[in-house]
Amino acid sequence: MTVKAYRRKLDIKNGRVDLSHGSGGRAMTQLIADIFHQALDNEWLRRGNDQSAFDVAGGRMVMTTDAYVVTPIFFPGGDIGSLAVHGTINDVAMAGAQPLFLAAGFIIEEGFALADLKRIADSMGEAARAAGVSIITGDTKVVERGKADGVFVTTTGVGVVPDGLDLSSDKARPGDRVILSGSIGDHGVAVMSKRQNLTFETAIVSDSAPLHRLVAAMVEAGGPALRVMRDPTRGGLAATLNELAHQSNIGFRISEETIPVKPEVAAACDLLGLDPLYVANEGKLVAIVAPEAAEIVLAAMRAHPLGRDAAIIGEVVADEHNFVQMTTGFGGGRIVDWLSGEQLPRIC
Amino acid sequence: MKLAEEYRDGHLAGALAARIAHEVNPAVRYHFMEFCGGHTHAISRYGIEDLLPANVRMIHGPGCPVCVLPVGRIDAAIRLAERPEVTLCIYGDLMRVPGSHGNSLLKAKAAGADIRMVYSTLDALRIAAAEPERQIVFFAIGFETTTPPTALAVKLAAAKKLANFTIFCNHVLTPSAMQSILESPDELGRVRLDGFVGPAHVSTVIGSRPYAFVADEYKKPIVIAGFEPLDVMQAILMLVRQVNEGRHEVENQYTRAVKSEGNEKAKADMAEIFELRESFEWRGLGHVPYSGLRLKEAYAAFDAERRFAMEDIPAEDNPACECGAILRGVKRPADCKLFGTVCTPETPMGSCMVSAEGACAAHWTYGRFRDRARAAS
Repeated sequence: MTVKAYRRKLDIKNGRVDLSHGSGGRAMTQLIADIFHQALDNEWLRRGNDQSAFDVAGGRMVMTTDAYVVTPIFFPGGDIGSLAVHGTINDVAMAGAQPLFLAAGFIIEEGFALADLKRIADSMGEAARAAGVSIITGDTKVVERGKADGVFVTTTGVGVVPDGLDLSSDKARPGDRVILSGSIGDHGVAVMSKRQNLTFETAIVSDSAPLHRLVAAMVEAGGPALRVMRDPTRGGLAATLNELAHQSNIGFRISEETIPVKPEVAAACDLLGLDPLYVANEGKLVAIVAPEAAEIVLAAMRAHPLGRDAAIIGEVVADEHNFVQMTTGFGGGRIVDWLSGEQLPRIC
Repeated sequence: MKLAEEYRDGHLAGALAARIAHEVNPAVRYHFMEFCGGHTHAISRYGIEDLLPANVRMIHGPGCPVCVLPVGRIDAAIRLAERPEVTLCIYGDLMRVPGSHGNSLLKAKAAGADIRMVYSTLDALRIAAAEPERQIVFFAIGFETTTPPTALAVKLAAAKKLANFTIFCNHVLTPSAMQSILESPDELGRVRLDGFVGPAHVSTVIGSRPYAFVADEYKKPIVIAGFEPLDVMQAILMLVRQVNEGRHEVENQYTRAVKSEGNEKAKADMAEIFELRESFEWRGLGHVPYSGLRLKEAYAAFDAERRFAMEDIPAEDNPACECGAILRGVKRPADCKLFGTVCTPETPMGSCMVSAEGACAAHWTYGRFRDRARAAS
């Protein structure tokens, strides 16, 4: 007579991740089944392999990977899980590509609450479903207490580039227009407002969102007139424009007045001594577009909910110094330079 | 924040610029120093120089507290933070200030020192209360603006009998530094100063009276101004008028925040806790008499320099650094051969490159495109 071993249910409400959840035994299998498979369920995951097989179409593919270590893990407008889905979808989409599949890796610190892990996995599942992209393989590791900060997530994405499209950061040419898809600084300020030691309340939520559908509309409108796309995440709009200026060996002239910043974000930045140009975004893109197509692409963007506030903020100029020059809202001129180190609040 | 936006209006700026251009005497060159880093930042950030006539030149003064902190004080703080029992609480912009041998608090933190960034002195007090087994030292720095919060922290620590809380006091005084600039010896070179844009936040604390000597003894106009770009423009117009009319007075543009007597409560707190040091070293200015503060004897128990027997660590600035001349307006940042070569905001050599409020860092970060135009013309 065989007796089926009693399996204690995972205590998601009060339980914590311990080292056995990473040891390859029953506990790990249970963690993966009860949290990750349940949240991310799809036909590929259900087969339970260490990899997933899928058919590929002809043409060009893109692949990208990104690691997420955001603190705090939960912030207004998102969490590390939804961010890991959106961020990698966006990196795929910045090639003009449509994302097909994601893979996810988790490094979990011993003692992490199972309820939080479930909340993150559920959020990833929800974000992936809303974006129409499946997470088809993954990995979990548990490390000893103190060896990680709660949970780290990595996601890898693959996607397909439509025929005739070849976006690259070295393709900006003098005369091209710079289009920004919406207001800057929302994500960074939302996260900072939640950080430890910083007790101030704002109604600001992260702009974390998947941009591939907005990109599809732009590709349809602009096609090969799209030269470069970038999502201005860490380092903000300033870092993105400086990177592009160097990679294309050009300069930019932008106008501060045309750059959308929400009043509450501007106010929070004032309070903290930050410049929104350097604050991270997770649902915005910058497109460099051939001048003749700029208005068409802009119209297509404004017709999409994630590009409603899109604006042409300037143009590409020839510049051997690769300066990003800005006319300030005040009427003067300045450089928008790289940030030296992390942007830290000023004391007076 | 509609309030702030109103002080950044481009149309009003254009009107003020036209008024300044109309009122300046084309035969006269106007040299004005904005003392405060906050003004330097506003001038650079908003491109105010582009709105001024060519014969009005702004000289960026030494009013950036982290910039003027001497290397030796940073070295001393690093040595203190390396003690295993010490937690050093600092304001964020101190992190990258270079000490000797390329060291900084940021690097000391990476090497294992317990250095924590705080946003207020009260954060440091909270840490002290929560972790009684650790020695919590607050790195107190700044002009009269940040001195009252430090005074408050010491008073609260005394009231709560917090035995594990001390401060490393580096507070300095604005009027003493202004006097030092006005008295600077001729061998350092001297540019004619025609007036000062006076401090904003500092003046909310000390009021406008302490600047009377600038107008009375040194016969220089001074206009206290807010940190918004329109404040600065209006102050420049007021300075131009004083010069044109041969006046030298203390005027207050920042009436929405500054009273002539300042903030009595804050001044009383400062006077209760602190006393003058006979001399304090400023990066770029050297030793300036009666320009720094230390804790009074009655509060000696909260003085980190005494508790940890901290010693002055002599340290030299790079001899090629022109910060001293730049702070006095004798040279421009681009005149220094270190500028933009070995000295950049990533690897600052001199005080003016340390924070975005410093003359060199502001010029590098916001204004260096003008050097190209200057070279071409």
